[in-house]
Amino acid sequence: MLSDLLIRLRSLFRRKAVETELEDELRFHLDCQIEKHLRAGFSAAEARRRARLELGGFEQMKEECRDARGVILVETTLQDFRYGLRQLRRSPAFTLVAVLTLGIGIGANTAVFSVLNCVLFEPLPYPKAGELVELRQIAPGAAGLASFSDGLRLSPSMYFTYARQNRAFQSLGVWATGTASVTGLATPEQVRYVLVSEGVLEALNVPPAIGRWLSRADQVPQGPKTVMLSYGYWQRRFGGDRSVIGRNITVDSRLREIVGVMPQGFHLVDADFDLIVPIAFDRSKLILAGFGYQGIARLRPGITIAQADADLARMVPIWMRSWSNGPGTNPLFYETWKITPALRPLKRAVIGNIGNVLWVLMGTIGVVMLIACANVANLLLVRVDSRRQEIAIRAALGAGRGRIVKELLLQSVLLGLAGGALGVGLAYEGLRLLVAMGPAGLPRLTEITLDGRALGVAVLLSLLSSLLFGLIPAFKYAGPRISESLRSVGRAATASAERLHLRNLLVVAQVAMALILLVSAGLMVRTFQALRSVEPGFIDAPHLETFRISIPASLVATPQQVTRTQNDIADKLAQVPGVTSVGFASSMPMEGMAPAWDTIEARGQAHPGEVTPLRLFENVSPQFFHTTGTRIIAGREFTWSDVYGTRPVVMVSENLARELWGAPSAALGKSIREFSSMPWHEVIGVVQDVRENGVQEKAPAIVYWPTMMEDLYGPHTFDAVRTVTFAVRSSRTGTEKFLNQIRDAVWSVNSSLPLATVQTMQEIYARSLSRTSFTLVVLGIAGAMALALGIIGIYGVISYAVSQRTHEIGIRVALGAHSGHLLGMVIGQGLKLTLIGVGLGIAGALGLMQSLSSLLFGVTPTDPLTFTGVAILLALVALSACYVPARRAMRVDPIVALRNE
Amino acid sequence: VTESRIDLPQGTLDLLILRILALGPEHGWAISERIQQVSKDVLRVQQGSLYPALHRLERRGWIKARWATTGNNRRAKYYDLTKTGHKQLEAEESGWKKLAAAVAQVLETT
Repeated sequence: MLSDLLIRLRSLFRRKAVETELEDELRFHLDCQIEKHLRAGFSAAEARRRARLELGGFEQMKEECRDARGVILVETTLQDFRYGLRQLRRSPAFTLVAVLTLGIGIGANTAVFSVLNCVLFEPLPYPKAGELVELRQIAPGAAGLASFSDGLRLSPSMYFTYARQNRAFQSLGVWATGTASVTGLATPEQVRYVLVSEGVLEALNVPPAIGRWLSRADQVPQGPKTVMLSYGYWQRRFGGDRSVIGRNITVDSRLREIVGVMPQGFHLVDADFDLIVPIAFDRSKLILAGFGYQGIARLRPGITIAQADADLARMVPIWMRSWSNGPGTNPLFYETWKITPALRPLKRAVIGNIGNVLWVLMGTIGVVMLIACANVANLLLVRVDSRRQEIAIRAALGAGRGRIVKELLLQSVLLGLAGGALGVGLAYEGLRLLVAMGPAGLPRLTEITLDGRALGVAVLLSLLSSLLFGLIPAFKYAGPRISESLRSVGRAATASAERLHLRNLLVVAQVAMALILLVSAGLMVRTFQALRSVEPGFIDAPHLETFRISIPASLVATPQQVTRTQNDIADKLAQVPGVTSVGFASSMPMEGMAPAWDTIEARGQAHPGEVTPLRLFENVSPQFFHTTGTRIIAGREFTWSDVYGTRPVVMVSENLARELWGAPSAALGKSIREFSSMPWHEVIGVVQDVRENGVQEKAPAIVYWPTMMEDLYGPHTFDAVRTVTFAVRSSRTGTEKFLNQIRDAVWSVNSSLPLATVQTMQEIYARSLSRTSFTLVVLGIAGAMALALGIIGIYGVISYAVSQRTHEIGIRVALGAHSGHLLGMVIGQGLKLTLIGVGLGIAGALGLMQSLSSLLFGVTPTDPLTFTGVAILLALVALSACYVPARRAMRVDPIVALRNE
Repeated sequence: VTESRIDLPQGTLDLLILRILALGPEHGWAISERIQQVSKDVLRVQQGSLYPALHRLERRGWIKARWATTGNNRRAKYYDLTKTGHKQLEAEESGWKKLAAAVAQVLETT
C-alpha cells in the first residue's frame, strides 16, 4: 500500500518526470517493434506503419496508463480546471456576463440573508438574551386601545406590585424614553435619554464600560441625583475621558453626577440614547393610572413565558387592591379593561413586524437568483451547443462521458465561484451602504455585518447555483448519444426540436418568475399610491418645519410663565422672514411620541356600566391647525385668551363629533370632561380627522385640549404642557440660514432652550411610509432585475433559434415566403413562450401574493389592474426582445444561407 | 497474421506478465515478445493493454520498475518481480491451474 501511495504522489507531484518516462517507455517499445519488422524484411516506412498500428492510439494508451497509476481524479481535475479557465478566458464576453449575473444574484442574496440573519436569527446582544421578555399586556376591555399596537403599558404602581410580588422573574423594571436639555457644556443641547427604574439594567445585565450602574439608592426621590452616559455621548462630549466619573452635568437644569458609561453598541431594547437617568418614583404619590412605561424582565431559569404570564395575571388583582386613583374612585374600574399579560420575547419586541418584510425580500431575491441561474444555464447551453463538435471529437478520442460532464461542471463551478467572490464583495459594500443609509424602521441596524454564516451561504449559493445551471448542459451534451451529435455537426437543417425544448422551458420559467416579481412590485406601487392619496390631516408637509422644545420646571417655574414663554417664542418665530404661521402641540401627527389617552364623558350621555372607549389626547396651541393646514370643519380654534383665561374649552376630531353627536356642527356648544372632578369643557371647534398613527392606520378619535389647563388634582391648580413640538409654516424650510434664524428667535426668548429633533413635517411623513417605501424600493429593484434578465433570456433563445434556422429560413425565402410571414413566425415563437410563462406566472402569483397582504394597503393581493398591467408589460417587452432577431430572419439571404452548409 | 493466434482472455495478462518476470527483469517489449515466443505464437498480447497492465501491477506493488541500459546500449524501463509479486504469482498460478483443470474436466466428461 505504501508503494501505491508513493506512486500516486510521485505521479501527482513529479508529473513532468512521470509523463516523460511514459513517453520514453512507449517510444522504446515502438523502436523495438520497428526493428523487429525491419529484420523481417519490411521497408522502413512499412515497418513504422505496422508498429504504430500494433501499438494502437498513443494518447489513449498514455491516458490509460495514467489511469492505471491512479492519478486520474486529481490529475484530470487539475487539467480540466486549467482547461476550463482557458475556455473562459477565451470568451471574455460570455464570462463577464455570466459572472456579473451570478455576482449580482449571489451578492443580493448574501446581503439580504445577512440582514435576515442579523436581525431575525442572531440573539440580542445581551448575556443569555433568551431569558429576556417584554412585559407586554393587552386590555381588550379598553376599547380604543386596540389601535396602539404595543398594548397597555405599565403604570409605576404596577411596576412596584410586579417587582415586589413576582415569582417568575430574576429582575424586572420599567423604562421610558424622552428628551432633555443639557446645559453648562458649551451650547445648550437637547439629548435623548432613557428613564430606567431599578431592575432594567440588572435584567439586561450588560456591565458598564467604566464606572458603575445606577444603584438602588439612585432610584429614591430624595437620593443622589445621578446619570449614566452612552458610549457615543461620552466620546462626543467628553472625548472618551475616563475622569468623567464623578463629574456633574446639568440635565433639565438639575445637577447630576456621572456614575458610569455603558459600552459601545449598547441599546436599551430598541432605544438609542445619550443618557440613562434613574426614574426615582415617589411611592407616596403613586396612583393606579399612568400607563406610560415599557416593562422589561429577565425570567428565572426554567420559567416559561406561559408560567410568567400566569404569575403576572395573579398579580393584577393585587395591584388593583393595593393602589387607588384617589378618593372616591373605584379601584376595580380596571376590571372592565380585562388587563391580560401577553409577554413576548424581547427579541420579538425589538424586531417588531419587520420580519414579514424581510421574508418577502428574501423570497423575492431568491427568485431573482433562480432567474439568474436560468439565464446562465441558457448562456452555457448556447456555448456548449457551439462546442458540440469539439466535445464529440474529444469523446471519439477517448474522453469518457464522466470526464466530459466533469469538465463542463468544473467550468460552471469556476463561474459560480467567480460570481460568488464578486457577490461577497457586492454584499459587503451593499450592507455598508444600507447601514449608512439607515432606513427607518429596520431594527438592530448597527448589528448588521457580513458574518461567517453569511459567507457560508454565499459559498453554498455559488456551488448550488453552479450545479443547477451546470448540470443542465452537462447532461444534455455529454449524454449517451455523443456520436450522434458528431454526425449531425455541419448538417443543421432545422434546429432539432429537442435541443430547443430545454431552453424554451428555461425561458418560460424565467418569464413566470419575472411576472411574479413584477406583480409584487406593482402591488407595492399601488399600495404606495393608495397611501399617498390618503389625506393625512395636514397639507404641504415639506414647508412645515418642526422642532421640539422642553421647558424644565427648574428654568421656568409656573405654568403661566411656561405658556408665556411658549407664546413669546411663537411670536418671535412669526417675525422670521418667510414665516406665515406658527403653532405648537404636545406632538405632531405621526411623530410617534408616547400617546396620552383616556376615556371622556359627554354631558348628558352617561351610559353607566358600559365600557367607554379611550380617546387620544392632544394639547394644541392657538393657530396650530392653521399652521398645519388641518381644516376646521365647524367652530373655531383656541385663542390666546382661551389659554390664559384657562377657559374650559376643547376641540374634537370630526369622527369623534360624529360618534358622540351625529354631526360636526351638532358638537358645538356640547360639553365633555375627563373625570368627574374636572369642570365640563365646551366644544368650540371640530377639526378634520388626522392620521395620527401613520397613514396606514385609521384616524383615531382625538380630543384636543389647550396647552394649559386646570390640573388633574383639583381646581385652581394649573398645569401646562412643558414639552411641545413647534410647527412653523414657511417657504424657506430646510435652509441653513432659516434654521439659524429660527434658533436665534427661540434663544432671543430664553437662551437656555435647545431645539431638539429639527425636521420638516415631510420627514416625519416619509418615515411613517418608510416600511412601504423600503419594501417598494427593494421589490422594484428585484422586479427590474428580473425583467432585465427575462429580456436577455428571451432575446437569447429567440436569436439563437433564428441563427439555427437560418438554413430553413433561407429555403423558405427561396420558396417565396414573405418577410412579413417570417417576422410573424419568429415573433410568434417568442410570444408563445412568453404567454405560457405569463400564464404560469399569473397562476403562481395568485397563490403567492397572499403572503404579501400584510404589507398592502388599499389594494387586494389579486388586484386585476396590476396583474393585467404587468402581463401586458411583459408581453410587450418580450415582443421587442423578439423583434431584433426577427428582423435578422427577414434579412436572411437565401444564397448565403444555403451556401452556409 | 495466422488464424491460430488467439487473444488473451480477460485477466490472464497479469498472470502471464508475472510469470515472465519470475524468470528475471525484462522491459515491456521483451515481455510481449516472450509471451508470444513461449506460447509458440499462439498467444498474442494486445500491445495497447500491456503498458496499462504494467503500470497497474507496479502500483499494486507486485512489480517494480527501474531504468537500465539494454544490450545495444539503449535506455529501457525494466520491470522486476517484488516479494509480494512472487506470492501473488503463486496464488494466481494455482488458481489458474485449478480453473483450467476444472474446465478440462467438464469438457471431457460431457
